[in-house]
Amino acid sequence: MAVKKEAHHKYRVVGTRPIRPDGIEKVTGRALYGADYYFPGMLFGKILRSPYAHARIKSIKFDKALKLPGVRAIVTADDLPEADRKPQQMGEQQVSPYYLSCNVLARGKVLYDGHPVAAVAATSPHIAEEALRLIEVDYEPLEPVMTADEAMKPGAPILIDDLRNQEEGPDQPTNVATHLQFKRGDLAAGFDAADCVIEREFRTATVHQGYIEPHASVGIWNPDGHATVYTCTQGSFTVRTLATKVLGMPEGNLKVVPSEIGGGFGGKTTIYCEPIALLLAKKTGHPVKVTMSRSEVLRATGPTSGIHERVKIGVTKEGRITAAQVWMAYEAGAFPGSPMAPGAMTVITSYDIPNLLIDGYDVVVNRPKTCAYRAPGATAAAFGVETVLDELAEQIGIDPLDLRIMNGAHEGTQQPFGPVFKRIGFIETCEALKASEHYNSKLTGANRGRGVAAGFWFNAGFQSSASVYVNQDGTASVVTGSVDIGGSRASMAMIAAEVLGLPIDEVRPVVADTDSIGYTDVTAGSRVTFATGMAVYNAAQDVVRQLKERAAKMWECTPDDVEFDNGVLRTRGDVLQPQQLTLKELAARFIRTGGPVVGRASVSTGGAGAGPAFAAICVDVEVDPDTGKVQILRVTIAQDVGTAIHPSYVEGQLQGGTAQGIGWALNEEYVYDSKGVLRNTGLLDYRMPTCLDLPAIETILVEVPNPTHPLGVRGVGEVSIVPPPAAIANAIYRATGVRMRELPMSPPRLMKALQEHRNSREGQAAAGR
Amino acid sequence: MAKRTLVETVINNEPVELLCEPRQSLLEVLRDELHMTGTKEGCLTGDCGACTILVDGRPVCSCLMLGVEAQGHKLETIEGLATGAELHPLQRKFLEHASLQCGICTPGFLMSAKALLDKIPRPTEAEVRYHLAGNLCRCTGYDKIVRAVLDAARESG
Ligand code: FES
Ligand code: FES
Repeated sequence: MAVKKEAHHKYRVVGTRPIRPDGIEKVTGRALYGADYYFPGMLFGKILRSPYAHARIKSIKFDKALKLPGVRAIVTADDLPEADRKPQQMGEQQVSPYYLSCNVLARGKVLYDGHPVAAVAATSPHIAEEALRLIEVDYEPLEPVMTADEAMKPGAPILIDDLRNQEEGPDQPTNVATHLQFKRGDLAAGFDAADCVIEREFRTATVHQGYIEPHASVGIWNPDGHATVYTCTQGSFTVRTLATKVLGMPEGNLKVVPSEIGGGFGGKTTIYCEPIALLLAKKTGHPVKVTMSRSEVLRATGPTSGIHERVKIGVTKEGRITAAQVWMAYEAGAFPGSPMAPGAMTVITSYDIPNLLIDGYDVVVNRPKTCAYRAPGATAAAFGVETVLDELAEQIGIDPLDLRIMNGAHEGTQQPFGPVFKRIGFIETCEALKASEHYNSKLTGANRGRGVAAGFWFNAGFQSSASVYVNQDGTASVVTGSVDIGGSRASMAMIAAEVLGLPIDEVRPVVADTDSIGYTDVTAGSRVTFATGMAVYNAAQDVVRQLKERAAKMWECTPDDVEFDNGVLRTRGDVLQPQQLTLKELAARFIRTGGPVVGRASVSTGGAGAGPAFAAICVDVEVDPDTGKVQILRVTIAQDVGTAIHPSYVEGQLQGGTAQGIGWALNEEYVYDSKGVLRNTGLLDYRMPTCLDLPAIETILVEVPNPTHPLGVRGVGEVSIVPPPAAIANAIYRATGVRMRELPMSPPRLMKALQEHRNSREGQAAAGR
Repeated sequence: MAKRTLVETVINNEPVELLCEPRQSLLEVLRDELHMTGTKEGCLTGDCGACTILVDGRPVCSCLMLGVEAQGHKLETIEGLATGAELHPLQRKFLEHASLQCGICTPGFLMSAKALLDKIPRPTEAEVRYHLAGNLCRCTGYDKIVRAVLDAARESG
């Protein structure tokens, strides 16, 4: 795998590829994931879900279910306090506790197929399931509203009675939660200055994060009101905040123990099973484990929005973009909160464009409440823009990567929503792809085509805490609150080892529960190696500071007279008698020099934009003209990754995101029937890529250091998912002459487009005769 | 409660007697009855391969088999893949190639890959991709998994 190094590697540990410290547990089956906990007397919880997309709950009767032997408790929304309606800042997200609570257990109305209505705890999962069938719910079905287009029509059925937006005013019930707009320059003048203007319309489907581990939580409730929940989550502190709000208990009374997590991709940044397991535990006095089946995961947890998008872009014949207009409506699902805002903030931010208008709408529909999915909002948004850019490049006859390079954002470019970019690597990334062997190779053969596209994601910062403990034998442990979803323990240990001058296997990384480390935001937004890494770096520096103080005391000098390099403390030769001591030697003397050395740090690194990342991708496809099936022949992704701490796991992020982007492009979609019931609730029909569907995924790491991080780290986890759908659409065009503007580009949809294309060509040929 | 049945089986070379309900899947028995949680659940419908174990040497989705069907068969699970303190070459190669991110799919992949290498010691890349197509990984894009399996084959072949 190619690594394009801009950063001069002056590091000893950073940039190497050690075995991850938690690896052994994970290849031997010993690591404990969410569903792997068992406690004495533990009961099993199951959730009853709505069969309707939209209905009023008239009554719920569960006496029969309660009488079934083995059933211990049943809960409904009546067991939850009525939460506050006003949106509140909870961790890094704005959430209305009321909506959150209504999503955990429906109150009065169900808003999607699969919406939880009640939950049972019983001595076995089978008994709990039998009990669900004995619960009688009387529903009054209402007309479902399944798309943003339908939901925005005047007179559309209203999902949430008290939902209002500023534009429509306080008296107008609506399904539009928010309208966001970014403006710059003079749009009309910009389009007038263009030689070529293209306007197109796009649609993308609802897709799921598709983590392989279904949600699972075990709740334990003590009679003194203190409780513990073991759960698979991307953010233990987020769970603590959200769950205690929903349960109406003091935040400090809940301890959240994060299990190993079997994938999340943003989908495990909220709560589902946690409050239910806790409620059932409170009611029964026993530990209760609540796990979801795959169909529950698909029906009722975090997909990301399908969107409707209109894109209009103008360029001069030299290739300068003069104006761009983007309109997007995002389906939020049952409650407000689609990734529309980050979609609008990223959609065209890779380019430096003088005249802009971006409109975004967050619209509720009768689908599950959406949750973050890798670079939330950006992939669907980029599909339209990156496809139109490809058309424009073709029209004016320039290389599509040159068009991007020519207009690319760089240090000093102002983003549409305000901030100015610091050092970024968009242009370097496009240039690296342009120089790649893949892009310069010849693609031959019928029905084959090559496409490129780019993507942007700002990456999050937020808050993290870390502690570094030095043991008496001179080894160290690093404690953070960031769950390890893809190898971050390795990066944390490496950063500490780098600072302390220790070999990597003498630093043990630990992921702590919410009682054992300071507040730390979710493992999401590509923020862990950046922000938690920064906290670890600072905590290790705190250790170094203390080591110097100890040495200074022993040598009767000031800490400023002591240097620390690669694990060795020395007096500064120019000032004093030379003295030296290794970290290990000093550690053995902690007991006589002031006790153990504990380094601590916490950081608050700001919100979005902590270390902007860009990706560009080149993909070769072959289209089967008889079936419409697209085979990916070759794919190369270049990404601006900042300093790569552990290059293998950085490559892994690029590869995994690319694979998800390919699935989004070609196969994945939620299929609802006319009543709004989800028809593909299993992994056979919700078709994610297998290793047979994919080629090797080639990566180019472009290391443009992030100036806001002491080691130059940028988040690397997300942006790779953004460009694949557009790149594949562009490749399909080169292979077939057909422009696809709807995702997924599945065989039936592509077949239909090919057929129409052939018909119109025949029509033209006939007319020409 | 449904009546429980006595099942005699062999798991990772150890004879095991267990009681289970006829309606319990083998996966459920391994996890809920024996607390052998290395075998994972991803779907319960045979689509993800996270629950893959070997039954008489053949890879099987343990979610599609009943516990009572284990009677008289030899089962191999992830917990038995390493020999004592020594990792199986596949386990070692998965670690060296960074073939796992979250790791939830890893036990299933390792068992499927073991079945493959037991049958075809030096598979081609196409054969590896074909034989592992029943295992889903959402994190890695498979690249590093395929490399690890090919490398393990190269080393032991
Ligand atoms: S759990 Fe058995 S195949 Fe998915
Ligand atoms: S490593 Fe996460 S599913 Fe494979």
